[in-house]
Amino acid sequence: MGKASFVVRRTLQLVVTLWAVGTVLFGLFRLMPGDPTSYVISSQMTQEARRQLIESYGLNDPLYIQYFRFLENLVVLNFGQSFHSNQPVTDVIATYLPNTLVLMLTAFVIAYAIGITLGVLSGWYRGSRFERSTVITALTARSVPTFYVGLIVLWIFGATFGVIPMSGMTSLGTGGQSTGFLDMVFTMDFVRHLIAPAAVLAFYYMGYPLLIMRSSMLEVLSEDFIDVCRAKGLKERTIMFKHAARNALLPIITAAAIALGYAVGGSVLIETVFAWPGIGREMVRAVLRRDFPVAQGTFIVLASTIIFLNFLADLAYGYLDPRVTYD
Amino acid sequence: MAQKEQSSQSIFTDLDDASTDAEVNKWQRTFRLWRETLREHWGMLTDELSVKLSMLTVAGFVVIAIFAPYIATHQPLVRQYQGDAGVLIDKWVEPSLLGADSEYLLGTTAAGYDIFSQLVYGTRAALMVGIIAAVFTAGIGTLVGLVAGYYGGKVDDALMRLVDFLYGMPLLPTVIVLVAVLGPNLWNIILALIVLQWRSTARVIRSQSLSLRERPFVKAAEVAGASDWHIISRHLAPNVLPMTFLYGSFGIAWAILAEAGVSFIGLGDPNTVSWGTMLQASRAYSALSFGAWWWFVPPGICIGLLVISGFLIGRGYEEITNPKLQ
Repeated sequence: MGKASFVVRRTLQLVVTLWAVGTVLFGLFRLMPGDPTSYVISSQMTQEARRQLIESYGLNDPLYIQYFRFLENLVVLNFGQSFHSNQPVTDVIATYLPNTLVLMLTAFVIAYAIGITLGVLSGWYRGSRFERSTVITALTARSVPTFYVGLIVLWIFGATFGVIPMSGMTSLGTGGQSTGFLDMVFTMDFVRHLIAPAAVLAFYYMGYPLLIMRSSMLEVLSEDFIDVCRAKGLKERTIMFKHAARNALLPIITAAAIALGYAVGGSVLIETVFAWPGIGREMVRAVLRRDFPVAQGTFIVLASTIIFLNFLADLAYGYLDPRVTYD
Repeated sequence: MAQKEQSSQSIFTDLDDASTDAEVNKWQRTFRLWRETLREHWGMLTDELSVKLSMLTVAGFVVIAIFAPYIATHQPLVRQYQGDAGVLIDKWVEPSLLGADSEYLLGTTAAGYDIFSQLVYGTRAALMVGIIAAVFTAGIGTLVGLVAGYYGGKVDDALMRLVDFLYGMPLLPTVIVLVAVLGPNLWNIILALIVLQWRSTARVIRSQSLSLRERPFVKAAEVAGASDWHIISRHLAPNVLPMTFLYGSFGIAWAILAEAGVSFIGLGDPNTVSWGTMLQASRAYSALSFGAWWWFVPPGICIGLLVISGFLIGRGYEEITNPKLQ
């Protein structure tokens, strides 16, 4: 089987996976105990008004009709309206997703730049004090829960010294998002809010590429071609970055896709701690108040980000490593 | 029968055991091989200082968990006093360790629970979640990974689509939804974690066994007519065991972290004390702003200590079984 048919097959799998996630999600939310309408319908409402409202949400139809309508809407990216605020779910997503992306991408770029560099160095200088201290730092960073580090940072820098804001993305009275997303991002106030959560996340995510890069370097360094490079009289620095590091980068690609999955999942916690109005926090709140449409919509966004990244990682893996065969 | 056994022993003593039943023989030999490998590794593992310290830490937590009722000074879920109606925060008792005049080592929470006792009992929840989840995730993941990698084709496809699907589910949000559906208790959190977490072990083990399958020693075994199970258990499994243990000990860490996270969000088991629920309570009562660090610092340190021990044991094991890394 050639590369082209692999791509086609993998794309089909992508679609099937998305469908499966959607289906499971549909089932899960309908298994959830508690009446979703109890949050929208006040007790003063008449029975008639209540029934009409339930009818308008389509909650009285047989499950399979609800299911097909759900799939149909999924394809056209119509996630319905929030039970809670009556806003279309796509609007809710459009409001919260960029906030999460800014935070996550900032943290990820910092984490991978530092993590890969330190990983290369610690693999190269194996057995040195530098290696030991980086590995221990990386392990510590990955061992303490991010939300806990977030709490401590808030306690020390927020509550005690008052250097960073205690919550949110913008200060009250600065206009927030009414001035447009990009205008908001490029203000000092936003940066001040971004620093703490981004730094906490970067510190946590840094450990993963670091450790993987280090093991991968150790593996590559024991191969013969490194000796050949030495025999050719190449400079150590050239061998380290041009030959060893480039070959060691391969596992980082799948690792990064997996890590970004964890990042999206973990966004729930860091956003809760810092009250960052992102999509993860919104999802939790929607689950807690049984707001199916918003919970489903935000969950599908989180899930499809991961699915799509895994898809890209798979394609990249086959492209970058000629030893991979498509059979 | 006996004669046959004797003759085969004289020529193939290193290949065959005394038993004549080939089926049992294979299983026994596999079991013995694994046991020997494990014993050998255990000996080497305990040589390293950081691993030894980590094991002592874990052992210490295990002791605390077992003897929790004797160590704890109060009942963790019994209010030590009743606050005035509507006033929650003024009944805050400061820790006696800091010189305050009270009978509570780490003070009490704003709702009147003894923090030290909660911390001690929290060990039980953390260890239970960590160990049970890790054993199942590493076990299921390894088995699936080996089978998928070795058989390839349709089997691999089916299993990996399942793994892909699970990878499409973000960890914490899925656990949150599952726990919301199943009900917030510790067993449901463990179950939700197992359902999702075996995916990473399966994927790594599969990619390892994919490349192992192409190695000469596996080809040689195939040509020699070895059965599938023989190749998987004796040629592939021993080679991926380090990864299994690595992911197992990382699994402990991830499970403890995830439980803490889910509890922190407010979906923890209301009838069990865990370090996550302690942190959640401290945040709910704004312990941060009041500077009541003795409430929220200790649970985090405990989580960190236990999790880093898991990571260090895993790494120590990885270095031993993969001499290239040393």
